[in-house]
Amino acid sequence: MRHIISILIENESGALSRVAGLFSARGYNIESLTVAPTEDPSLSRMTILTWGSDEVLEQITKQLNKLIDVVKVVDLSEAAHVERELMLIKVRATGKDREEMKRMADIFRGRIIDVTESTYVIELTGAGSKLDSFISGIDAGLILETVRTGVCGIGRGDRILKV
Amino acid sequence: MISGAEIVVRCLQEEKVDCVFGYPGGSVLHIYDALFKQDQVKHILVRHEQAAVHAADAFSRSSQKVGVALVTSGPGVTNTVTGIATAYMDSIPMVVLTGQVPSFYIGQDAFQECDTVGITRPCVKHNFLVKDVKDLALTIKKAFHIAATGRPGPVVVDIPKDITAQMCEFEYPKSIQMRSYNPVVKGHLGQIKKAVQILQEAKRPIIYTGGGVILSDAAQKLTELAHKLNFPVTNTLMGLGGYPATDKQFVGMLGMHGTFEANNAMHYSDVILAIGARFDDRVIGNPEHFEEEKRKVIHIDIDPSSISKRVKVDVPIVGNVNDVLEEILKLMDSGFKANPEVANWWKQIDEWRGRDSLRYKQAEHIMPQYVIEKLYEVTGGDAFITSDVGQHQMFAAQYYKFDKPRRWINSGGLGTMGVGLPYGMGVLMAHPGAQVACVTGEGSIQMCIQELSTCKQYGFPIKIINLNNGMLGMVRQWQEMFYSKRYSQSYVTSLPDFVKLAEAYGHVGMKIERPEDVEPALRKAFTEHKNDLVFMDFIIDPGANVFPMVAAGKGLTEMILAEDL
Repeated sequence: MRHIISILIENESGALSRVAGLFSARGYNIESLTVAPTEDPSLSRMTILTWGSDEVLEQITKQLNKLIDVVKVVDLSEAAHVERELMLIKVRATGKDREEMKRMADIFRGRIIDVTESTYVIELTGAGSKLDSFISGIDAGLILETVRTGVCGIGRGDRILKV
Repeated sequence: MISGAEIVVRCLQEEKVDCVFGYPGGSVLHIYDALFKQDQVKHILVRHEQAAVHAADAFSRSSQKVGVALVTSGPGVTNTVTGIATAYMDSIPMVVLTGQVPSFYIGQDAFQECDTVGITRPCVKHNFLVKDVKDLALTIKKAFHIAATGRPGPVVVDIPKDITAQMCEFEYPKSIQMRSYNPVVKGHLGQIKKAVQILQEAKRPIIYTGGGVILSDAAQKLTELAHKLNFPVTNTLMGLGGYPATDKQFVGMLGMHGTFEANNAMHYSDVILAIGARFDDRVIGNPEHFEEEKRKVIHIDIDPSSISKRVKVDVPIVGNVNDVLEEILKLMDSGFKANPEVANWWKQIDEWRGRDSLRYKQAEHIMPQYVIEKLYEVTGGDAFITSDVGQHQMFAAQYYKFDKPRRWINSGGLGTMGVGLPYGMGVLMAHPGAQVACVTGEGSIQMCIQELSTCKQYGFPIKIINLNNGMLGMVRQWQEMFYSKRYSQSYVTSLPDFVKLAEAYGHVGMKIERPEDVEPALRKAFTEHKNDLVFMDFIIDPGANVFPMVAAGKGLTEMILAEDL
């Protein structure tokens, strides 16, 4: 099962490596991991996309809670939530491909944020599957470079992760 | 204003630390200078940093206080890693202060630099790098707090040399609040009620306890509870002494080398009351085989991640063992009726006991089991027994009947050879004048043998019980049983003359080769040489094996008994 785990963690040096080290030491999967400080700069919020059985997920959350720097852990995918991922993709945009790329970006509600004579950089936000569809929707030979942030997510409505 | 080094020492004084095990070096010279200028905190100079950490660990295991080690940067730190990992696996509270190169050199591959926080991260409860002298006192306070509360464990504080030179006001925080660390103490009352109900209905109950009982000082409450329930009790290797081994309800240690009755009672029980134990692979054998029997499991543990990790638990109770047992006892006072069928269960257990699975045959050579039995008699069953890792460790666990907690000091989780001698040092610092025997083998003892020198310097009168079979016995046992007797690298040739070796260090050496000499030699060591370290080299039967044995991957009841061979 796919799970999105959100963690509030003390914004201290080494905090990220404690989490990453825990996953590698215990053989858990990390599909993606994003982290940045919250509105309270003493706290960071981390989002981890992982896979595992219910038993493994139970252990992951328990082990994360055991880390001294971790303030709170929640499995977002247990209930209603929204998730987004940002991708920047640099594509070749010459000749007839130039117009086609613009059209594809519009269809996916992407934005072209850098333009040269032969390339575009397209910014695309959405669930991971949407970004995947965009990639498979364009000619692979035209893709020069992609960078994705990994999933970040938030609970819907009253589900709030805060100290 | 005082220097960072003086702050370190003042913090130790505030924490009532009366001894530190350590080894000086460049990065900790300021701290050693500050130690020199006071006499409240005593320093024990070891011969290798590994031993400093083991000794601090045993200080803690034997006394409930937090052990402290102090080492320099780089190799000083890497030498401590085995000791830190050993303490971590057995949840031993400990603070390790490590020197670091000056903060402005960090990351430049400076002399004796290593990434201490990175290297120790996977084997500590927590670690810190102090970056500002203003944070030093608070960090050390946090280290002691984290080490000793919740599920205990080692904490490393890495202190760059320039921080120890900088001046700062000293104020030691009286208490501490951490928003990210608030371990649960009290168990959930609803869960406890459920547990008591299940205990009442149990027909074939067993109380299975581990190191958590020792760590939370709950031996007395456990005994009270077990007596009220009249249920059989088994201990893990780490739990020995948590329940009196001479009590009639005690069925012995369980697991890979557990007794026939303990393993059968565990397997065929209908209710397990697990207390401060974690169902590890050496305890329950093959988990699929274990789960073939349907039973209810109540599990009391301070660490939620230990619950339902290897065995599914029906009633989890997260909390400090001592507090939870108190709640259970209170509830039982308001009316508890044990199931009368428990009497039949006892009949079954007594039948299993009849197999006398720890029986062994005397031989021409000294049997290791015999040495432990005599050690038990000679010390009145009241010594601190430290051990190394291997056959001798299992013999000590099986044949020395521990009635009190914190008397059995060994590396259960990590299984670290070489701990025995430095463990003896740590015990003696916590309990000066106590009887301490280090049960070891000629393999293990050589892993930290340099500490004979430390023992001389501080007059630690440890009695080293060297069960010498000229082989790495446990390796040899597995090779004999599972590798068609291909004894790959399990012979130890070119052994030193241990008597001369002991004498070279200024100690007493004895070589004992005949069974009839065992007891007189032990008596002599513990009376005439009460104040000496005595290295007792027992030349034992090289073929002696540890039984019962549950082979790796086998079920708990699929034991090999001595009588089968």
